[in-house]
Order: sequence, then structure tokens, then C-alpha cells
Amino acid sequence: MFADWPVLSLLIWLPILGGFLVLVAGRDAPHVARRLGLAVAVGTFVASLPLWFMFERGTAEMQFQELASWIPAFNVNYHLGVDGISMPLILLTTLITVVVVIAAWESVKDRIAYYMAAMLVMEGLMIGMFASMDAVLFYVFFEAMLIPMFLVIGIWGGPRRVYATLKFFLYTFLGSVFMLVALIWMYIQSGSFLIQDFHALPIGLTAQILIFLAFFMAFAVKIPMFPVHTWLPDAHVEAPTGGSVILAAIMLKIGGYGFLRFSLPITPDASAVLDTMMIVLSLIAIVYIGLVALIQSDMKKLIAYSSIAHMGFVTLGFFLAFYIYSNTGDWEGASLGIAGGMVQMISHGFISAAMFLAVGVLYDRLHSRQIADYGGVVNTMPWFAAFFVLFAMANTGLPGTSGFVGEFMVILAAFRADFWIAFLAATTLILAAGYTLWLVKRVIFGAVANDNVAGLSDMNRREFFLMGVLAFFTLLLGVWPAPLLDVMNATIDHLVAHIAQSKL
Amino acid sequence: MNFEIPDFLPAVPEMFVLGMACLILVIDAFLPDSRRDITYGLVQATLVAAAGLTLWMMGPETVLTFSDTFVKDPMADILKVAVYVTSFLVFLYSRPYLMERGIHKGEFYVLGLFAVLGMMIMISGHNLLSLYLGLELLSLSSYALVAFWRDNSRATEAAMKYFVLGALASGLLLYGMSMIYGMTGSLDIAVIAAELVAADESLNIPLVFGLVFLVVAIAFKLGAVPFHMWVPDVYDGAPTAVTLFLATAPKIAAFAFLMRLLVEGMGPMHADWQGMMIILAVLSLAVGNVIAIAQTSIKRMLAYSTIAHIGFLFMGILAGTDSGYASAMFYVIVYAITAAGGFGMIVFLSREGYEADQIDDFKGLAKRNPWFAFIMLLLLFSMAGVPPTVGFYAKLAVIQAAVGVDLVWLAIVAVIFSIIGAFYYLRVVKMMFFDDPQDGAAEPVQPSGALATALSINGLAVLLLGIFPGLLLSLTHYAIIG
Repeated sequence: MFADWPVLSLLIWLPILGGFLVLVAGRDAPHVARRLGLAVAVGTFVASLPLWFMFERGTAEMQFQELASWIPAFNVNYHLGVDGISMPLILLTTLITVVVVIAAWESVKDRIAYYMAAMLVMEGLMIGMFASMDAVLFYVFFEAMLIPMFLVIGIWGGPRRVYATLKFFLYTFLGSVFMLVALIWMYIQSGSFLIQDFHALPIGLTAQILIFLAFFMAFAVKIPMFPVHTWLPDAHVEAPTGGSVILAAIMLKIGGYGFLRFSLPITPDASAVLDTMMIVLSLIAIVYIGLVALIQSDMKKLIAYSSIAHMGFVTLGFFLAFYIYSNTGDWEGASLGIAGGMVQMISHGFISAAMFLAVGVLYDRLHSRQIADYGGVVNTMPWFAAFFVLFAMANTGLPGTSGFVGEFMVILAAFRADFWIAFLAATTLILAAGYTLWLVKRVIFGAVANDNVAGLSDMNRREFFLMGVLAFFTLLLGVWPAPLLDVMNATIDHLVAHIAQSKL
Repeated sequence: MNFEIPDFLPAVPEMFVLGMACLILVIDAFLPDSRRDITYGLVQATLVAAAGLTLWMMGPETVLTFSDTFVKDPMADILKVAVYVTSFLVFLYSRPYLMERGIHKGEFYVLGLFAVLGMMIMISGHNLLSLYLGLELLSLSSYALVAFWRDNSRATEAAMKYFVLGALASGLLLYGMSMIYGMTGSLDIAVIAAELVAADESLNIPLVFGLVFLVVAIAFKLGAVPFHMWVPDVYDGAPTAVTLFLATAPKIAAFAFLMRLLVEGMGPMHADWQGMMIILAVLSLAVGNVIAIAQTSIKRMLAYSTIAHIGFLFMGILAGTDSGYASAMFYVIVYAITAAGGFGMIVFLSREGYEADQIDDFKGLAKRNPWFAFIMLLLLFSMAGVPPTVGFYAKLAVIQAAVGVDLVWLAIVAVIFSIIGAFYYLRVVKMMFFDDPQDGAAEPVQPSGALATALSINGLAVLLLGIFPGLLLSLTHYAIIG
């Protein structure tokens, strides 16, 4: 019965219009803003469920398609659709938005209606970006979401928020404009802005490399990859908790999604030529950024660096494909790497969200993110400590949690490519254990450090609920990843078959 | 030589505006200062009626009249309507500003109406002479408008600069025109184009010589680098209401002027003027965007921003394709709407003795008046070219025009400078949303009637046109390509 509904349009416009409604109705009534915001977020989440249940497994076709003429002069269409790559990310977005809205309940005190509105509008824009089949439509959503995020960090952020938010905006803007030029160039060649038409467009190697680099600028900044990652720690540290959660759980995934949707299928030959660069950058992210994370004294900064290291696994998984092919002569392992990267993205969405929320819980109580200000939290907040340890374990990739599945798949794929790549990638298991468990040791365990910690109260029902939901998904994905893999399989096989064909 | 009565019909809007301008001039002379609103109302009614006439007579065919010195085609109709709309907005925004400063005089509106007439003739000129006449009518009205707050020394200084440099540009233009006339033997745009196609190789050097003067004069009038010096000084020195006027509608007319002269007239020499315009475009983008960062006055900042926008406009035109011209036309209309809103906001925030023309004056606007901070946010993001505002599609269109003729490097230069440009627009957003209000501006801004409503509509139009850009884009494509 849902098949004929414009589900995707509903998912895009319900939160955007709902956000403006919250703005109008809740300006002078914080309670209205909170409840209405929650209602919209939950409504969007419920509306996104049909995507999961009605989704046809076993086909790489775009599903839930909607098509309407938008800018006839440039042959740009309002063309929506999802496949096995974008659908899980949309569900992640709707779920995380509910979490963020609830998390803001008490912790955001200033101009709550604006905050809720910004979050909901951002949700709609992110879903729109994941669902776009038209490159201009994609770009519009891709850029438009910078505006609410810019305001969220700038208005509700910490002391250096202005610096952080300007850096965030200009970095991402810088990356994306080159992609715009590349998209326009391909439009001139193909006469269409449909992304699928770009996939089929034959392009010479030089042009492919330039296009690849343009996409690389856009998506590497988003992920972020070394060496364009420096905006992320600043943005994370200064952003309010909800902003950090959205940033880590969803916005970083946009870069990974972009590589799968644009770079690999549009420029397969350039990807094959430049894969060493991508693999080296990914390994630097995994090893070097992991080391950087070790020495952080600010909890949020530590988790931010850990995010960069974990996203290194995503790009590693994606770009191993060609290496594996030249090594083993078949594309079997390539699917494994890409699927591993996808699982890692979803899993990181849950884990990083939970970690930032956990820091938010502590910050709400003591207004400090410094590790040195804590110690022995387990004595006063046992429930919180239990969750914190669980997510820390998930972050290190403990089997049974979702963090394990993706990393394991990527390392497995790496072994097919080259032993040393696998070896370096696997050091993350040690490094992540190092920085995460050391964090746990210093913050959670030990004797009660000071009077402030002694006066802490454990999580309330709201916080407990948020942590519980995220813990549930982390464990579910950890022990039973099959449904997720099932959804992605056909699409990833199709993608691998596509990049196996040279475009030259 | 036989004299035949020309077809007056295509020029009815021009004749109507001329008649009304003369009539209002007379009526205004008999009005006491307290009844100045009658002048205002009549001028606005004239614009509305002229828009009605133009729309009513709109048609797909190209009509030449007055011995082929005047042309009416879809491009002219659409650009004229755009001029009426922006001028209407400008007069509406200006009235409270003028009233508060005790300079609410009839001259402002009458001069404005004559300037509108000049623009209409520029848009419909099909002969070097008629084009020149239109331009001079606009320029002379503009000089007087800048000077019209005569007690204000800065405005007078700005007027002086504007007049001297503008006169110089007109001289260059005439010189170039005379060269072209000498080589082709005609003032008629269509005949010039035909002569150029048939022209002998040996005429090439004098023709390019003439062309250089035309391009320089056009660059002067539009304010492209390196002929931009007057723009920041005049924008800053003129009363904000006049700046608002100079920055909007005349750019639309200047676009048409450029189309008639360079594209329709000198079209066969496209290869020659393309190179010149590339230099002008790159310089304008670079200088406009970089120097805007250093400004503390928002009027000067927007002046440099205008220079950068001219660079983008040139990118569309120099492509030399129909879709490039259509993109440039879209760009100039979008620019006029956005600039009207931007300068309108300065007018809106200013009061007697407080001009709100410093960037710092925007500090904390989100706390003082969240709604208008939001409107300004939309306008600034549109100028920066961030979707979903309409400014993005304007940039998309001109970049596409450049990429379409293999000028990818130019497109990349343009986007790099647009990132640099994004910084100074963002800085204003930062002041509005992240900073606390300054002492002098602590009291909430009171929205007042028509101005507030129009400004809100202006801002929302930037967003709505961004969500539904198809109509306006199709319209400009229809105007150029048919």
C-alpha cells in the first residue's frame, strides 16, 4: 500500500516544513518547540520505515523513484530514488535525528525553537541529498545543509565557535565548488544531469583524473581524510552535543556516500590509477590520526580524531577494490571491502553518536570536557559507566559489537590486496584500544577524582533511553549484520561489476 | 527622401513614461512639501501602468520602428519589466529614508523616472545614436540623483567623481562609435553586423581599435576592473537610497546595452572581444572579491561585491553562445533582485543620524529582529551563491556557459574567487547571528509598514526563486533563444 506513495518526498519535506512550523509555533513557547520537534522527528522516522520493509532486495535498481521536471532549461529534474547504499543511510539519518532532538530536551536552553528547527531542516536536506538521482538536486542539498550547520555551531557552540564554524563552512564550500565544475562539464558532455547517465558516460583518462580530483576535494573534506581533516576537531569541539552527533553520525558519511555514488562509478579508471594515493591517505588516517588521538586531553577532540581514524577504514575498504583485482585477478574481494566500508559507516553512525552523547551527558553536569577533570565516574554514575564502557568497546572493534563487523571485513579484504596494507590497517585494533581504553580508565575508573565528580548524579530516564537505543543497534548490528548486508548486496555487486568495466 | 509616419505602437511604454515624467514634473512644482506623497504615488502608478503596457504588448516577434533605430523583441520586453519591478522596489524602499532626512523631494522621483526612461531606450536601442541617447539620459539623471542631497558634502564629492569619470567613459564610447561608423558606414546595429561579416581583412585593425573603446566604455559604465574606481566611492558617498537605485536597475539596462552593441552589432568580432572580456572578468572577480574582505563599510563591501558580480556576468556573455547570453540575462536579473534587497536592508536599518552603513551595525541583528536577520541571511547567501537561494542557479548558469565553450579554467578561477567571496558574506552573517548588538543600536529595529513587507517579500523571493528556478530560467531562454 505504500509503494505508490511519494515516500522520499515526504521524508524530505516533512522535516523541513515541520522545522519551519516549530520555528513559528515554538518561538515564545519552549515546551511547544520541544514537543512539536519531537513529533516531527518521530513522524519522519516512522515514515522512513516503509523504506526498509518495502525495499526490494536482490536488485540494484533505484527504488521508490519520483520524477518531476524542475529546471527544464538545463534538463534538471526533481528525480529521487534509493538503492542499497543510500537507503540504510536515510534510515540512519531519521533515527539519529530523533536521538538528537531528545538529547536537546534540557541541554539546549537558549532559543530552543531555532535549534529544533535547524536540526529538522538539516534532516530533510540530508535525506534529500541521499535520495537525489539528479546531480544538481544532489548538489543543492549537499550545499544547503551547510547553512543550518553553520548556524548551529555558530550560535550554540563553545567559546571558539566563530572560528570553528567559519572554518567548517569555507573548507566544505571549497571542496564542493570544484565538484560543481566537474558536474557541469559532464552535463555538457552527456546532455543530462542524471547521475546514472554520468555512470555510463565514456570519459578519457586525463579528464577522469581531473574529475576524480574534483570529487576528491569535495568528499575528502567531508569524510574527512588526511590532510584536509583539520576542520573536524575544531568543529566537533565547539559544536553543541547535537551538532557533534549529526556531524559525526551523518555528515561524515556523506563523503563516503559520495565516493560510492560518484567517484568510483563515474571515474573507475582514474580510481584505479589513483588508488595507491587513496590507500596511503587512508592508512595515514588510521595510523597517524590514531596516534594523534592518544595524546588528546579534551574528550570531544579525542573522539573527533577517533572518527577520522575510523572513517579511514571506510575509504580504505572502498579503494582496495582495484588493488585486490590486480593482485588476485577477481573482483570477489572488492565487494567485501566496499561492503565492509558501508557497514563501518552505519556502525560508526551509532557508535560516534553514542560517544558524543556520553560526553554531552558529562558536559551537562560539570561543564568540562577535559579528561583531567574527571576520574572515578563509575562510583557515582554506574549506569552511565556501563554504557560508556560498552561504546568504548564498540569503538575499539570488540567482536559482538557493530564496530567489529566493518573493520573485520575491511581487514579481510586488505589481506587479499597486500599483507602490509592489512598489517597497517590492523594496527588500529591496538591504537583504538589504546586511546579508547585509556580514556575509559582516566574518566570512568579509579578513585573519585574531586568533589565535582563525587556530586554527579546518574543518567535520567531520557538519557538512559537514548543510550539504550544506540546500544541496542550497536549490539544488533554486531551479532546479526546479515539483514543490512542483504540490503546492500545487490547494489554493491552491481557497483563492482560496473567499475570492473574500463570506460576508456 | 520621403517621410513616412513611423509605427508608434512598439514604443508606447516609452512614450507613456516620457509623458508621465513631464506631467509629474509639472504637478510636483505645484505641490506643497507635505503632499510629496502624491508625486510618489504617481511615479509608482506610472511604473505599474508601464509594466501593464509592456506585458500587454509582449509578443514573440521582433519589431523595428523609427527608421530601425528602435527595436521591440522578447528580450526588451522582459528586461523592461525587470527594470520596472526593481525601480518600483527602489522607490518604495527609498521613501522612508528620504522622509526621515528631510530630503523627500519630488526631484528624486522625477529624476528616477527619467532614468527609467533612459534605461528603456538603452534596452530597445537599435542604433548607435539611440543607444547613446538612452545611456546619456540614464547617466545624467544618475549624476543629479547622487548630488541631490546637496547639503551632504560626501554626496557632492561622490557626484563630482561620478560625473567626471562618467563623462570620460561617454567620450570613449562616442570615440569608439565614430570609429565603427567610419569603417562600416552605418549607425544601424543590423547593418554594422552585416558589414562586419563582409568586411575586408585590412579593416581589421581600425575595427578592433574602435571595439576596444566600446568595451572600455561599457566596462566603465558597469564598473568592471580596471575601470571600477568610481564604484566604491560613489556607492559609499551617495545617499543609501540613491546607491540602492544605482546598484540595481541600471545594471539590467547596461546588460541590454552590452547585448545590443557587442553581441548584435559587433557579434562577428566575437573572437576579438571575448579575449578582452576574459581579462575584465578575471580581474573583476579577483579584485572585487579580495578587496571586499578589507571593507568596514557595508556599502563599500557591497560595491566590491557588485564588481565581482559583473565579472560573473561577463563570463556568461563572453561564452558567445545563446545559452550563455540567456545565463547572463538570468544572472543580471537575479543580481538586481538580490542587490535591491541587500541595499534595502541598509535603508531599513538606518534612522535619522544613524546610517547603518558599517558592517558592525549589523551586529546582533538576530537578537534585535530575528525575522529580518533571516531575510538578510537569505540575501547574503544568495550573493555568495549558496543553494537553495537563487544566486546559486545564476552562478550555475554562467559557469555552465563558460564550461560549454571549453573555458574550464575560467570556471575554476570563478569558483575559487567565489569561495573567497563567501568569506565576507559569511562575516556579516556571523555578526548578525553570533555577536551581541552594539550599544548604539541596542533598541529593537521597528518594522514599519510597506517597507518591511516589501523587504520580506524581496527576501523570500530569493528563496522561492531558488526552490523553483525553472520559470525565470525558461523565461530568459525564451527571450534570447525564442
